[in-house]
Amino acid sequence: MSQANIFSQYVLSSSIWMPILAGVVVLLLGSDNKPNFTRWLALAGGLLAFVVTFPLYTQFNYADGGFQFQEMARWIPAFNVNYHLGVDGIAAPLILLTSFTTVIVVIAAWEVITKNIAQYMAAFLIMSGLMIGVFSALDGLLYYVFWEAMLIPMFLVIGIWGGENRVYATIKFFLYTLLGSLLMLVAFIYLYHQTGSFEIADYYQLPLPLNAQILIFMAFFMAFAVKIPMWPVHTWLPDAHVEAPTGGSVILAAIMLKLGGYSFLRFAMPIAPDAAHYLSGFMITLSLIAIVYIALVALVQKDMKKLIAYSSISHMGFVTLGFFLFSQLGLEGAIVQMISHGFISAAMFLCVGVLYDRMHSRQIADYGGVVNTMPVFASFAVLFAMANSGLPGTSGFVGEFMVILAAVKYNFWVGFLAATTLIFGAAYSLWMVKRVFYGDIANKHVAELKDLNKRELFILTILALMVIGFGVYPQPITEFTHATAAQFLNHMAISKLPVAGL
Amino acid sequence: MTLPQISLLIVLLPLIAAAIVGLWGRHLPRASAHWLTIAGVGAAFVLSVIVFKATLNGYTANYNLYTWLTSGDIQFNVGFLIDNLTAMMMVVVTFVSLMVHVYTIGYMSEDPGYSRFFSYISLFTFAMLMLVMSNNFMQLFFGWEAVGLVSYLLIGFWYKRPTAIYANLKAFLVNRVGDFGFLLGIGMVLYYTGSLDYATVFQTAPALADVQVTLIPNVSWSLMTVACILLFIGAMGKSAQVPLHVWLPDSMEGPTPISALIHAATMVTAGIFMVARMSPLFELSTTALSFVMIIGAITALFMGFLGIIQNDIKRVVAYSTLSQLGYMTVALGASAYSVAIFHLMTHAFFKALLFLAAGSVIMGMHHDQDIRNMGNLKKYMPVTWITSLVGSLALIGTPFFAGFYSKDSIIEAVALSNITGSGFAYFAILAGVFVTAFYSFRLYFLVFHGKEKWRKTSHSHDHVHAADEHHHGLSPQDDPHEPGWVVKLPLILLAIPSLIIGYIAIEPMLFGEFFSGVIFVNDEVHPAMAHLTHHYHEILHSPAGMALHGFMTLPFMLAAFGVLLAWFFYMKRPDIPAAIQKKFSLINQILENKYGFDAFNERFFAGGARSLGEKLWKIGDIQLIDGAMVNGTARLIGRISGKVRHLQSGLIYHYAFAMIIGVFLFLTFFIKIN
Repeated sequence: MSQANIFSQYVLSSSIWMPILAGVVVLLLGSDNKPNFTRWLALAGGLLAFVVTFPLYTQFNYADGGFQFQEMARWIPAFNVNYHLGVDGIAAPLILLTSFTTVIVVIAAWEVITKNIAQYMAAFLIMSGLMIGVFSALDGLLYYVFWEAMLIPMFLVIGIWGGENRVYATIKFFLYTLLGSLLMLVAFIYLYHQTGSFEIADYYQLPLPLNAQILIFMAFFMAFAVKIPMWPVHTWLPDAHVEAPTGGSVILAAIMLKLGGYSFLRFAMPIAPDAAHYLSGFMITLSLIAIVYIALVALVQKDMKKLIAYSSISHMGFVTLGFFLFSQLGLEGAIVQMISHGFISAAMFLCVGVLYDRMHSRQIADYGGVVNTMPVFASFAVLFAMANSGLPGTSGFVGEFMVILAAVKYNFWVGFLAATTLIFGAAYSLWMVKRVFYGDIANKHVAELKDLNKRELFILTILALMVIGFGVYPQPITEFTHATAAQFLNHMAISKLPVAGL
Repeated sequence: MTLPQISLLIVLLPLIAAAIVGLWGRHLPRASAHWLTIAGVGAAFVLSVIVFKATLNGYTANYNLYTWLTSGDIQFNVGFLIDNLTAMMMVVVTFVSLMVHVYTIGYMSEDPGYSRFFSYISLFTFAMLMLVMSNNFMQLFFGWEAVGLVSYLLIGFWYKRPTAIYANLKAFLVNRVGDFGFLLGIGMVLYYTGSLDYATVFQTAPALADVQVTLIPNVSWSLMTVACILLFIGAMGKSAQVPLHVWLPDSMEGPTPISALIHAATMVTAGIFMVARMSPLFELSTTALSFVMIIGAITALFMGFLGIIQNDIKRVVAYSTLSQLGYMTVALGASAYSVAIFHLMTHAFFKALLFLAAGSVIMGMHHDQDIRNMGNLKKYMPVTWITSLVGSLALIGTPFFAGFYSKDSIIEAVALSNITGSGFAYFAILAGVFVTAFYSFRLYFLVFHGKEKWRKTSHSHDHVHAADEHHHGLSPQDDPHEPGWVVKLPLILLAIPSLIIGYIAIEPMLFGEFFSGVIFVNDEVHPAMAHLTHHYHEILHSPAGMALHGFMTLPFMLAAFGVLLAWFFYMKRPDIPAAIQKKFSLINQILENKYGFDAFNERFFAGGARSLGEKLWKIGDIQLIDGAMVNGTARLIGRISGKVRHLQSGLIYHYAFAMIIGVFLFLTFFIKIN
């Protein structure tokens, strides 16, 4: 069998293990004594890991709403645990986003990280593989292992390369996440007990009474709501972002938050569809609180990273809102929003990183008139701020547009509250732009700023092309999701309550 | 080339020019910025004329370029609807844009942001064309917000000025308030018609005329009323109707060429265009039309008043723009959509002219914008003087000038309208005629006639834009000079249509077949337009007849009186207005404060949102969630673990006992669930 065939048969395994392998290689061969070698090695690994995910795009069957690229191997026969992988139209684009963002993060770290380079790069490469594992696991326990494992590199990234208050941030992050995850494990054990398997597909078919569904839903909810994060379990995110290095923030915002959203679609909702319907009012309320309340909180932030972190929470409100409208437009809008937010939030955090690397401050008050010394950078910042406030023609518009339209159909006032993002989103994004970039040069530090270097220009250009590209032509994303979303909604429409009298 | 290819080029050429100049302008020779963009917009203008001619010969087209997005059975497309309305807008937009491009060569010649400016105005032309050529709501919304983006960039063009970057944020946010309503309106349209394509929506709409929606329990409204008012809220933002007008006067912080292009001739009329485009929807709700009319009437009259007390040359013209937009909106409310579009067109020419002339004056005065420092400029700037006079006469509705035909038709149409609010609207726009004439000629006399006041002033008056480096003002011993041909030529080319376009276009546009099949009026319910047509054919017969008749009508008397009064007040007896100002200081105060809209918005909305955000953050997030729940949990765990530590006794039988209890509890739990 030729090399190419092995990869095409084990696309998902390669997508998971290639970056992990690359990470291990970087860890073994790289060191601070030969920084450039380490960086190039990490970049080569990241690119290779990106390339092996390409078949998910080129060989994806758009007409198939089920799982593709499936791989199956016995793992722990005693408990009927399998190494079962597969992706549908929701997971595939998210995996591509993950492998893409990892390359961006590696390049973004180039001159910025000067200590423990190999460890830093390896952490991100390994994390990428583990996150792809989360997206492609079709076995509950396998999923759980990836889910917990991916947190370790993130703890290390924040804990080692983070800011001053990193210990508080990591402990908070840990407490929140652990609480949620353990309840999820209980749910898995319960489901295993019911079906004798960890196969997700078996869970989909399992009839359950409403109260059991509600308990299961809530157990999953605790795990995923923390991750997304939803109000009121969101306060770890701003702290984590503030303390995380730029790369950590990028992965956190661009990918990790999406794990929560994705998992709602993979577990909580299809396993407990009746509970999902039953609790949809509750979920929509929380989503709207995220959209409105958090946007207002974002408005008054003085720290740029906190502002963007709150803005992320607000934008993720559209994801959960879209899920629980139970319409194709809302659901696909939510998925588009996840992908788009991956690009935009990554770009926003990278922009803060560009400033932080030069001035070592994230405080808005320390800036002013940056456009005078960094005109090229300012153009990018305005573009991404506009994308963040949902300007049509950028990807930020597409998902919000779809979800708001679907929400108006669901209930006018839900749409009304969701649409306030047009005002608040623009207010916090552009007010920050005004204070940081416009005006006369505020102080001598700003006067000394140097515009983007080639590396920064390159990364921001790529992200800008993505943001505009998917704004002008978002169809490629929804081509992925059509069949899956339709199948998902069909599944959700069928009650799993045990039929009385049987 | 086929017409669809030509149409595509019209849109793409300005975009390509904008992209090249925007991305590489700093590395290209300075002159290439204007050559490239003028080539793009000039070609777009010529091609627009070709398309316009084709539509005059009956060409209409509605086609999709590509599918933007599909979701379920809903398809969002990008496509063009080319008909008479579109083609006319294309010609107006590209022509005014071309004039402004040429003019900018002179106006911005010393500005360090030269190429950036050309890139922006070319990008604007692209966005505006996308807006008018759209065949669906999604693309309309794209163009709608894209012109808003460019407006934001251009108002804040001089980003060092605190006032400019305040104004551009304000403009964007106020527009977003309008877009908020607009988007909800689009949502209603999609919900009930299942599509966002104009053709499908307009076809489905009549069947929905009687649908009621219940947004508040026990209160039901007509769907069309709700949808149309929501859509109109978008128009209120973009076309600066009260109370969303507050951004437009401040937008004068931008360079003058864009005040002409964006904030007078084209972008601000997008709302008018949109409502005219949606005539099949608005015709289904008389309530919405009344709402439109009343808002327009308030804007037309009360914004006119504010024009009287302004001393900044651009702000006078800006308030005049607000007032004229109010006229167009009133016409929409009277179901006289074609008249509104007609006024939009004539206004585009004469208001662009007035703004560019004001810019010429500003250049002559070395960037002093205070009309109290001007006077007798006719001696030094003859072309600016004559063209300004033409523009002003057109604006106040002098018979035979372009503005006469459109404004008089609006007044007549409203007089013939019978919907709720038409009485008030008629009074408002009639009074507005006098106000318009008064402030326009106050400006005209102060600037072009009388004493050369800059010779006396010591320039100790407040320099609002002190931060701006080319804000010098004219020294007392200097003479103002008229700028070169790149400035004068656009003035002359805009003065020509300001003179004649009304005479030429009124018959086909208002009373002919020009808009048949494009604009829909339900003559049985809203007969004003039918009566107007009848009146024209029976009594006036021809444009000349209409003009001659115009000399004997009340609006003309009012306008003439306004001009005379302005002359008397500001040329003969300048002590009188000063005395009036003193005597009625309360009214003056109200006008100075612009009716308090800005103060209210600043305090209530901006301040309110900030303090609410602050409270939610400090109390909600920090105190309740973090303080009580998260850190509280951590403390609780700390305390419990302090106790629980004692359980780790190291004695096996303790552990075994705990295990048994645990197993027992779990079993109970599972049995209970099953």
